[in-house]
Amino acid sequence: MIAVTDLHKGFNGEEILKGITATFERGKTNLIIGTSGSGKTVFLKCLLGLFTPEQGTIAYDGTFASDMNKEQQRALREQMGMVFQGSALFDSMTVAENVMFPLQMFTKQKKSEMLDRVHAVLDRVHLENADKKLPSEISGGMQKRVAIARAVVTRPKYLFCDEPNSGLDPRTAIVIDNLIKEITEENDITTVINTHDMNSVMEIGEKIIFMQKGHLAWEGDKSQIFKTDNKAVTDFVYSSNLFKKVREAQLQGL
Amino acid sequence: MFYLDDIGRYCLMLKGIFSKMTKGSVLRTLIFKEIDDLIIGSLGITMFLAFFIGAVVAIQTALNLTNPLIPKELIGFASRQSIILEFAPTFISVIMAGKVGSFITSSIGTMRVTEQIDALEVMGINSINYLVFPKIIAMLMYPFVIAIAMFTGIFGGYIAGVYGGFVSSSEFITGLQEDFIPFHLVYAFMKTFLFAFFLATIPSFHGYYMRGGALEVGKASTSAFVWTTVVIVISNYVLTQLLLSS
Repeated sequence: MIAVTDLHKGFNGEEILKGITATFERGKTNLIIGTSGSGKTVFLKCLLGLFTPEQGTIAYDGTFASDMNKEQQRALREQMGMVFQGSALFDSMTVAENVMFPLQMFTKQKKSEMLDRVHAVLDRVHLENADKKLPSEISGGMQKRVAIARAVVTRPKYLFCDEPNSGLDPRTAIVIDNLIKEITEENDITTVINTHDMNSVMEIGEKIIFMQKGHLAWEGDKSQIFKTDNKAVTDFVYSSNLFKKVREAQLQGL
Repeated sequence: MFYLDDIGRYCLMLKGIFSKMTKGSVLRTLIFKEIDDLIIGSLGITMFLAFFIGAVVAIQTALNLTNPLIPKELIGFASRQSIILEFAPTFISVIMAGKVGSFITSSIGTMRVTEQIDALEVMGINSINYLVFPKIIAMLMYPFVIAIAMFTGIFGGYIAGVYGGFVSSSEFITGLQEDFIPFHLVYAFMKTFLFAFFLATIPSFHGYYMRGGALEVGKASTSAFVWTTVVIVISNYVLTQLLLSS
């Protein structure tokens, strides 16, 4: 579990995060949603340790990040997996080398053991035949699955995903969403997903945090988000015509 | 103030390069890859340029020797001195600032744009060490490139001088051997080591700290070339003043 209390972060005098307090539960897919510029990515990067907050605390399973020494911080980073918006695969490495990279860096396993683990993870993301290909030779959806495989190959305790299905067609996006949810449940990890895709919210939104202008404006789950009266949330959710029509149909009792 | 900020960040980057080292087995692979990219990949263009620079130096020296009292051996002597002291270490390094420097800046800059550096950081890897340290070690081989450039340049001078009818083979070789001061080679290779360090670190700095997209990668490559050249030229002057003017 990750517990965040009164988190503040700004750049060049402009405050981006204005006192966020939230918890992200283990074994669940926790979603951070909000419009562009609401501070989602800054918040995620604070959770990852890429940005240092100016005020507030982040506790990973009860241990405060601010109390950790450099060695503990490094150990914590090794327990984190991250799926970046653009996949961030190393383009000079093959798919298998990309997935094996964290194992090479942080374990003392033999190469045969590492390859076994790599193939097991690639099988899990349904990419058993792509191991020798370069990232440029596979599709965007496959790149996302490689990124997920790389993020979970070391069996992390925390998985972070920054808009994991942006740029993907709706069918592939659902595959990616479900894959993340399944891996979260199978490995009992704390997963935090940054998204503005309402399909993801409906598919895997076990816990949802809505951010607006650096504040936490609402929290709940996917069943509650369509019933809330919070105007900021309803404006966000019903901004698309499809959801607007669903809403109108609901109100008309259809 | 802007430049002071950059110099400060460059110094902090240098400190970061030598802290929290990447795992040895991974570094070894990276170093061999960098030697292939930066050193072996530069040999062809270096030899090509050095050959023709040497040829031009020999021809221009010959054409300026209008006084019959000046011996023809001077053509060999002048070719050797100018190639060993300046053309091979400095001129080739300026060209390498374009070739190697642009390659380093654009490859690291692209990694920054595509979040690959963030991915390294999230994994708990010291990305500066991972990306820059292997380049510095690979560039320790750079003096070999310059040694080959020296040889090829003098050979180019010989071919142009002798086969162009400006000087006989024996006169050119006698000139090459005349008044040879071994310290000039030491001076040339001292410069080369320093330039190699600048060639590895200044373009890395511009790539690592760039922000933006593809356009900014191009701008960073250009400014990396400009600044590497400026630093090479200034340090060349300082080293020459310190080592040769006594």
